[in-house]
Amino acid sequence: MEVFTVLWREMIFFRRRIWRITSSAIISPVLYLIAFGWGLGKNVTVEGSSYMHFIIPGIVALSTMNTGFNAVSIRITVSRLHEKSFEYYLTSPVRMPLMALGHILSGALRGMYAAALIILVSFLFGIKISINAYFVLICFLNSFLFAAFGYAAALSVDSHYDMSRFNTYILTPMSFLCGTFFSLDNLPAAVRTLINILPLSHASASLRGIALKGEFSYISILVLASYSLLIYGIGVYMSCREMK
Amino acid sequence: MIDIRNLTKKFGSFTAVDNLSLHIDKGEFVGLLGPNGAGKTTTIKILTGLLKATNGEVYISGEPMNSSNKNAKGKMGIVPQYSNLDKELTVYENLVFASKLFRVKNYDEKIHELLNLVDLTEYADRKVLSLSGGMDRRLIIAKALINDPEIIIFDEPTVGIDLNGRRKIWDILKYMKSVGKTVIMTTHYIEEAEYLCSRVCLIDSGKIIVDDTAKNLKEKLGSYILEYFNENMLTRYVFFQTRAQALEHAKTIENYSYTVRETTLEDVFFNYTNRKVT
Repeated sequence: MEVFTVLWREMIFFRRRIWRITSSAIISPVLYLIAFGWGLGKNVTVEGSSYMHFIIPGIVALSTMNTGFNAVSIRITVSRLHEKSFEYYLTSPVRMPLMALGHILSGALRGMYAAALIILVSFLFGIKISINAYFVLICFLNSFLFAAFGYAAALSVDSHYDMSRFNTYILTPMSFLCGTFFSLDNLPAAVRTLINILPLSHASASLRGIALKGEFSYISILVLASYSLLIYGIGVYMSCREMK
Repeated sequence: MIDIRNLTKKFGSFTAVDNLSLHIDKGEFVGLLGPNGAGKTTTIKILTGLLKATNGEVYISGEPMNSSNKNAKGKMGIVPQYSNLDKELTVYENLVFASKLFRVKNYDEKIHELLNLVDLTEYADRKVLSLSGGMDRRLIIAKALINDPEIIIFDEPTVGIDLNGRRKIWDILKYMKSVGKTVIMTTHYIEEAEYLCSRVCLIDSGKIIVDDTAKNLKEKLGSYILEYFNENMLTRYVFFQTRAQALEHAKTIENYSYTVRETTLEDVFFNYTNRKVT
């Protein structure tokens, strides 16, 4: 029940801001496609594919991460620290795990929306990639886990300013290191092993495998699902901890 | 109905609530009166499950209140001192959202009834962002009443509201009283407590100093007060049971400028704490 209540509210928010949400979800991927795709990669081949084909699954993974994270973290920090409407949950007879799930699912759906927009834009750029149910599942898992991370992060800060730490120290390094823009094959083995622990590496690699080669890894699905559950659990714990 | 037993809340070495006990019966309208930082809001937050007590217990209809007690939470309506509205939603949508969280059946009818009560029917489709401070406040009250609570807690309900807005809110509070709701209200507006509450608890430094009706509190000190400014540049207050006694005493201080007036609740508070409430 709480899940649908939160989703209902977030759907209203989404409808009222659809153009702003859509334009902000499109602008970065389009810039990446222009700069790295057209500008840099016109004649470049990576892992047997043109750079444009190579980069699009990475950008899908990147955008689902950023959109999932920001969609939830901004809503929660505003409602918790600015509007104080989050406190209403704490005084209502809601089940925290379901309330948290509602917020995280809304962020995951926003991530899926961003992924759909990028695929649409890439078609406009003349790039076609294969999409199947596993592709959708990985997009969803990646969105979900970073939405959960956004939820937990927003509950851990005492000020809006503190949120930038998560972007600076976690999301931005993952954006550049997890195989979004280049093949991890060129990295030293030890660094590659370390980066392969990170969830975005699994999302990028899996999406690329499905889109370009029709292959995917159950291990990546397992890793993303495990991260999702773990971070969701942390989010629920943080919600309960709000009652000091 | 509400039983607060030896409640203590510490933040580090600071004691915000100090061994406070209070029993409130069904249908009472109790005012917690005190200056800023007296411990009123902390007490309310513990009562509503937002804060955990360092020591002591709170019982709502015999059930221990804690953050996971959904039954106790379902019996309460809370009007916090700041807005808890969703600014992106309309007036009506805010109430639908609250209805869904409290699992209110046939909520449309209830929402229209509440909008009528708080005089916001014609603003139902307006976004909260465009409401005035008074309307915003009345919507918060409607939101707190959505589950038809047995206990309603108002934390500084009229703070920052203009005179007209305050009178409208007072009417709503009086209506709550007339329909037999149990109401706890914190305020540092003395006249508000005096006007609305059937019982007043004066709180200072996390403790209840006195707990009685406003009338009894004033009568215990003396219904009339002689107020004068003495040679040490200090205002002195002397209490008397009758105006005649006060005027008689005034003859002994003819050198000073003085006033004889009825005792107010503020005088009571000042007498007990030696400082003004606001």
